[in-house]
Amino acid sequence: MLVTDTTAAEPAVLATGVDVVLGGHQILSGVDLRVERGEVVALLGANGSGKSTLVRALLGIAPRTAGEVRLLGGALGNGVPWERVGYVPQRLPAGGGVPATALEVVMSGLVHGRTLRPPRDARKRALAALDEVGMAAHARRSVLQMSGGQQQRVLIARALVRRPDLLVLDEPTSGIDLPTQETFVATVRRLHEQGGTVLVILHELGSFAGLIDRAVALRHGRVVYDGPPPDPRGEHAGPGHEHTHPHADPPPPDPGTGLSMEVLP
Amino acid sequence: MTWFETLGAMLSSPLMQRALIAAVLVGAAAPVVGTFLVQRRLALMGDGLGHVALTGVALGWLVGTWAGLVPQDALAIPGAVVAALIGSVAIEWVRARGRTSGDLALALMFYGGIAGGVLLIKLAGGTNANLVSYLFGSISTVSTGDLWWTAGLAVGVLLVGLGLRHVLFAVSHDEEFARGSGLPVTALNMVVAAMSALTVTIAMRVVGLLLVSALMIVPVAVAQLVVGSFSRVMALASGIGVAVSVVGLSITYWEDIPPGATIVLLAIGLYALAAVTRPLLTRRGAGDAPHDPHPELPDDVALPVVGAGPGAADCRPGAPGGATR
Repeated sequence: MLVTDTTAAEPAVLATGVDVVLGGHQILSGVDLRVERGEVVALLGANGSGKSTLVRALLGIAPRTAGEVRLLGGALGNGVPWERVGYVPQRLPAGGGVPATALEVVMSGLVHGRTLRPPRDARKRALAALDEVGMAAHARRSVLQMSGGQQQRVLIARALVRRPDLLVLDEPTSGIDLPTQETFVATVRRLHEQGGTVLVILHELGSFAGLIDRAVALRHGRVVYDGPPPDPRGEHAGPGHEHTHPHADPPPPDPGTGLSMEVLP
Repeated sequence: MTWFETLGAMLSSPLMQRALIAAVLVGAAAPVVGTFLVQRRLALMGDGLGHVALTGVALGWLVGTWAGLVPQDALAIPGAVVAALIGSVAIEWVRARGRTSGDLALALMFYGGIAGGVLLIKLAGGTNANLVSYLFGSISTVSTGDLWWTAGLAVGVLLVGLGLRHVLFAVSHDEEFARGSGLPVTALNMVVAAMSALTVTIAMRVVGLLLVSALMIVPVAVAQLVVGSFSRVMALASGIGVAVSVVGLSITYWEDIPPGATIVLLAIGLYALAAVTRPLLTRRGAGDAPHDPHPELPDDVALPVVGAGPGAADCRPGAPGGATR
């Protein structure tokens, strides 16, 4: 888990001049992002600002039209030590006609990069990861029968089963139950204490406030803010703090309706 | 002659031996590939490839005629393999470029494949009757050469499908996550497509090109009704595939009915049986896992109603008595 290799000097995430064009629309233009080892960085911005696309481009899911990405010292592609990168998407895909158990989904996290077959202790590791998120009792249930929060915790386990040095979370707080939110915060805190790096997409800092070292905000596909997390007031440090008062600082938090009246380019 | 002696006679007939070996191999391999296809919602891919393979059969026939080979269809299976492989790569390529046109591409492939096959077989000096044995299967004409092809390809498909099942599951289950794990997703998709293509060509002799997809998909449909995990669905589907193939083929030893159709109808009969008996089986275990289908989401607004009784509609201010809904 600890960073001991020769590439330790390189940042965990280093993106320079990333352009992404999807469906003829310029979603990201010239985004630079640097996340040092051991940092917890929040990626902020309104709906449609390109946060998710940036994360997807960093992981090689969304195709880049320009720019360079290096993760944990390796160029995107075969150079990245994928066994040390964990990704938690916003939700599980709807799935096909074949049921899959939580254990099978978590074990699918153990194939990555050029490792096409899981290790021998895959089952043990997957059960341990499910135990970490409090889902060990549901290991043999089909994920399609689970609630949204339970599915989300299975997805966290799928990322943790790799014992990642870099964890990327896509909006872990939107529309999930409280135990799952607590699981997310506890996971980030534990990883941070072990020297790991976390990049997390957030609408508002909320329960993560005390953990965030730095915030990067996007607007219209460009970085418009990079610095200390906005509104770092003392009472936010408490893990049980309820986010109930409005922000006055940029960037404005999303109203949370899920609706955007903005006309996208 | 007793029932037992008839069985012995069936098993000692070289023709039946070859047919049974082919049926076991195809019955085991086809549902393994089918499990990945159903998971990816590409259940009809086998059908598209079957149609394309028909053009390949006719093309092999045409080449065989030109080269003056003695059985004119000596190149039919290699032709089908090549055509289906090209078709599978084409489908994946179209899928990777844009999802919306995927089913349109499949449709073009269906009709192009059939039309190409009918046209080419005429050019080769054959008749449509020659194609019928490929369309509906003719397991009784399995030669030793065919058997080698079938055995080799089926074992190859089984080895790849089972050896790479974890990574193929990862790609089929959540393609984006697989891409974000650095997996060679496009190449792995091509592997599934190529496996489907090869399965189509080996199952061609047993059930025929028009029914090939049924042997890949229907056992999976039965298995997912009965068991609840991906690996068990795959194992059970494979077992069902072997069982219906062997039973269907054996029936045709006594009764003069087409084997391909018998095998497929047996599988569909199993599906009906499983669908009917499933409520009886699941009701027994329903007590230990009470399940609310609604996700655990906090309410968007503070709701004053605690118990939603008959007066629940009253909390809508200004509602006109709830006269109409």
